[in-house]
Amino acid sequence: MTDRHTIVLDARAMDRTLRRMADEIVELNDGTDDLIIVGIQRRGVQLAARIVSSIKEREKADVPSGALDITLYRDDLQTVGPRPVVGPTDLPWAIDGKHVVIVDDVLYTGRTVRAALDELADFGRPRRIGLAVLIDRGGRELPIQPDVVGKTVEVAKRDRVDVLVAELDERDAVILAGAGDT
Amino acid sequence: MIEPLGKDLLGLEPLSGDQIRLILDTAEPFKEISERAIKKVPTLRGSTIVNLFFEASTRTRVSFEFAEKRLSADTVNVASSGSSVSKGETLVDTARNLEAMRIDMVVIRHGASGAAQFLAERIESNVINAGDGTHEHPTQGLLDLLTLRDHFGKLEGLKVCICGDVLHSRVARSNIWGLKKMGAEVGVCGPRSLLPNCIDEMGVTVFSRVEDAIQWADALNVLRLQLERMHAGYIPSLREYNRVFGISSERLARAPKDLLILHPGPMNRGVEIDSDVADGPHSVILNQVTNGVAVRMAVLYLLAGGKPELADAAKGGGGR
Repeated sequence: MTDRHTIVLDARAMDRTLRRMADEIVELNDGTDDLIIVGIQRRGVQLAARIVSSIKEREKADVPSGALDITLYRDDLQTVGPRPVVGPTDLPWAIDGKHVVIVDDVLYTGRTVRAALDELADFGRPRRIGLAVLIDRGGRELPIQPDVVGKTVEVAKRDRVDVLVAELDERDAVILAGAGDT
Repeated sequence: MIEPLGKDLLGLEPLSGDQIRLILDTAEPFKEISERAIKKVPTLRGSTIVNLFFEASTRTRVSFEFAEKRLSADTVNVASSGSSVSKGETLVDTARNLEAMRIDMVVIRHGASGAAQFLAERIESNVINAGDGTHEHPTQGLLDLLTLRDHFGKLEGLKVCICGDVLHSRVARSNIWGLKKMGAEVGVCGPRSLLPNCIDEMGVTVFSRVEDAIQWADALNVLRLQLERMHAGYIPSLREYNRVFGISSERLARAPKDLLILHPGPMNRGVEIDSDVADGPHSVILNQVTNGVAVRMAVLYLLAGGKPELADAAKGGGGR
């Protein structure tokens, strides 16, 4: 294997970035009223939890949060077949009239976000839906833009960006895995 | 890596424990969909599913139909009466004609054991067995496993006794295969005339007295006495059956612990199960029905899609 790994963000930088993103989300919403943070399974959920706790620290406000699994809203079931594990969707809040901010780890083609928008529409009609991503790696296939970005990285199509979170991967990091490492 | 389920779901006997666990795990997130205000996800949009029912069924047919509709599939129901089947068309001809209208899946309920496999070998669509004769009823077995797992947290080491008319019961066979593959211990209890001759070869404990079964088990799966299949005098009378084998609260009161009570329905109240047990605090009979929709959604989802020739055409795309 001719893999090369580059650390895009280490644990401290990732923490700093998430805190800034939390501030930007509050700024975007003009406070914390009517704000709901929704993480996309899987790693978006953990990132959303960090953002929520950062908001609690800074703003002394409990922002409701939820989890969305978009597997059943994918547009490629007929081609690639079922994903083995569907994660739980947990959105116990009425989202009508709220400002929902979707949190995901990596924004790439935009197809996941498209699916998340469809799924949210089945839960209600938010006043506004925002998008916050830790990494924007470009390469969009749909007209989707993030409102809050942790870090933008330019990578080749064959490269992979992996976001690791301590809850699932034993450490926090964002790693760029080069070609050959698949 | 778990072996994919393949084209069809014909029974639990051919599946591995890992495959059964995959179906049960996949059913978990599907439970939530039925609790939403809009009980629908677009997963099977554009798929056409035919429910081909050659035997009477309310629960299973409605459950499959809900599962299909909540996944956004288009569904058509064909019953044997009022269709060309009553004009003498063969099973394969009926299915091939339906297939000529470009369908994707067939859910089949048939009185002959092996009908689902017979069909699966002859058509390209996915085939799901919704009960064939006295052979298997895999989705019922799966929903029973899911209900037991919900309650006990695991299936390994669990003692489940299947009570009543095991001879005529495809539900019993699917339960026995499924439970054993998941590491549970299985007992059966009923009059010898209603136990199959081969029961000793299935690796189950046979109880001839229901009192002994109640002492042993953690859960009872009480089968329906299949009155429509009782032509040959298997039991002296329904009253006597109830007196000797009926599950009553008096009998359950003598158990060392509270037994979980399952019944695949439809119930003959006062025959195999008394009303106060069926409606009692340890009955999960309606939970079984709720879980049935989730399990069937999981099976439909896992069998759908994955057409390699389409994957080549749509290369690229996907990802995040």
